[in-house]
Amino acid sequence: MKITDQEVRRVAELANLALTEEEIVRMTQDMDGILTHIGKLSELDTSHVEPMSQVLFDAEETATLRVDVERKPLGNADALANAPVAGQGYFKVPRVIEK
Amino acid sequence: MTSTIDSIRAVLLGKKRSAEEIAREALKFAEAENPKTNAYLTFAPERALNAARAVDQKIAAGEDPGPLAGVPIAVKDVILTRGLRTTCASRMLENYVPPYDATAVIRIEQAGGVIIGKTNCDEFAMGSSNENSAFGPVRNPVALDRVPGGSSGGSAAVVAQGTAVLSLGSDTGGSIRQPASFCGVTGVTPTYGRVSRYGLTAFASSLDHIGPFSRTVRDSARLLQVMAGRDEMDSTSASAPVLDYVATLDGNVRGMKIGVPRDFFDGLASETGDVIQAAIQALQKLGCEIREIRLPHTAYAVGCYYIICTAEASSNLARYDGVRYTRRAEASGTLQEMYRQTRDEGFGPECKRRIMLGTYVLSSGYYDAYYLKAQKVRALVARDYAQAFEQVDAIVGPVSPFPAFKLGEKVDDPTAMYLSDIYTVTGSLAGIPCMSVPAGKTKEGLPVGLQVLANHFNETAMFRVADAFEKVSTN
Repeated sequence: MKITDQEVRRVAELANLALTEEEIVRMTQDMDGILTHIGKLSELDTSHVEPMSQVLFDAEETATLRVDVERKPLGNADALANAPVAGQGYFKVPRVIEK
Repeated sequence: MTSTIDSIRAVLLGKKRSAEEIAREALKFAEAENPKTNAYLTFAPERALNAARAVDQKIAAGEDPGPLAGVPIAVKDVILTRGLRTTCASRMLENYVPPYDATAVIRIEQAGGVIIGKTNCDEFAMGSSNENSAFGPVRNPVALDRVPGGSSGGSAAVVAQGTAVLSLGSDTGGSIRQPASFCGVTGVTPTYGRVSRYGLTAFASSLDHIGPFSRTVRDSARLLQVMAGRDEMDSTSASAPVLDYVATLDGNVRGMKIGVPRDFFDGLASETGDVIQAAIQALQKLGCEIREIRLPHTAYAVGCYYIICTAEASSNLARYDGVRYTRRAEASGTLQEMYRQTRDEGFGPECKRRIMLGTYVLSSGYYDAYYLKAQKVRALVARDYAQAFEQVDAIVGPVSPFPAFKLGEKVDDPTAMYLSDIYTVTGSLAGIPCMSVPAGKTKEGLPVGLQVLANHFNETAMFRVADAFEKVSTN
């Protein structure tokens, strides 16, 4: 096994997913299958290969910055329009800090 | 509808019908046909009629109505449309109404295009069969008991069904090319950065592309032309000049060197292989010089792709936490519980699988073994192509190992489903332009697409080969 159900539970916590017991069992199987295939990558010697972290390396093309001029922003009402709970111009969330 | 951009233009400029009439008819037909395939999730009559009337006014005033004037276009529901519900085929965004338009959408409407609706897809564009939609699968219009492919299954289906003339899809590891192949239409993944990703819901940012579907190669070239080019809203969009793709489509490919990667023919279904071999012979007859090439890292591409795409997906999908995007789980409690319940309710099984896998490969202690390793293997896959393009102008091969399969046939084995992306993910990892053009059919009548790939920003070579092939192909 490439991954145990304990590891799956830990990853679910990191990913903020509340998986059911049934989902944990299935997820462990599925992830194991995929990770077994992925294990094939270790056959390759990549010690002298630079990682490819972006597709097009030409800085002239991709690293451009726009001119720093003021532009109309999205606006508070539009930004909040899809909020499940909003109030007084803010997104509202459950209490974070206890008294 | 069997119309093309040119045929609609001729009708409009000949004053035979108005853009408004064409739009009304397109909407009526699409709504009537939709129950067969479930390809549309949302129709946009108001938006479509407004766009059509604007075209009619321009024509009446003697102005140029634009290169896409009056053409009914469908847009994959992962691409944002201001004021028009955009669900990503997810319960998470069931009621999400975007506050802005994607750049591609703005450019299409400025060119006179008429957006008539939003198409079904795999949830957040994750899947190869369109069975991962929260709103039910799409059926393949060619064979209704089969999948249309994915993730842009709805966008391929509407063009195949004739309920749109053009459509937009998104491709991360084959999500335009594979459904185009399954439905018998043309689908194009341009060079990475050629079309702005602004307003495309992020799945795997270093791999995501917007691209066209159409019935002819020429129409895809036209639609890409409208969308392509630098956009200051996407820092990864390329400023390389946009060439006139259509101008070079004269059917003459004599002397072009075409590579056939031997590595793309392992594990291919026999009938698919036959259709592809016949297509290669047709190109040879057209005067192309066919050369066998090697892309030696192909066998590692699926593993590499599923590390990178899931890692990026786990980061990109972190934003759906019950605070900003419409859905929040009823159960109150702590902030953490709210996050977890919302994500558990909102995401379907495939999204959860990819978020989990991505979180795992990025987690402490595994980063070097998985993510860093995958980035290095990605460089090797890209190098395979760079070396190949020193010898050839374009590469051809299959899109998928097999034609459209039956609904439900592969849902229980996610690894097998991932492995079927083998011929499309290599081009995605390298960021090169690649497309699927109809090449023929199996004995059962299922379409098979020919994949055509070219070097970065050499869309012209890709389109020339596909167009010349289309002109002599009997499909």
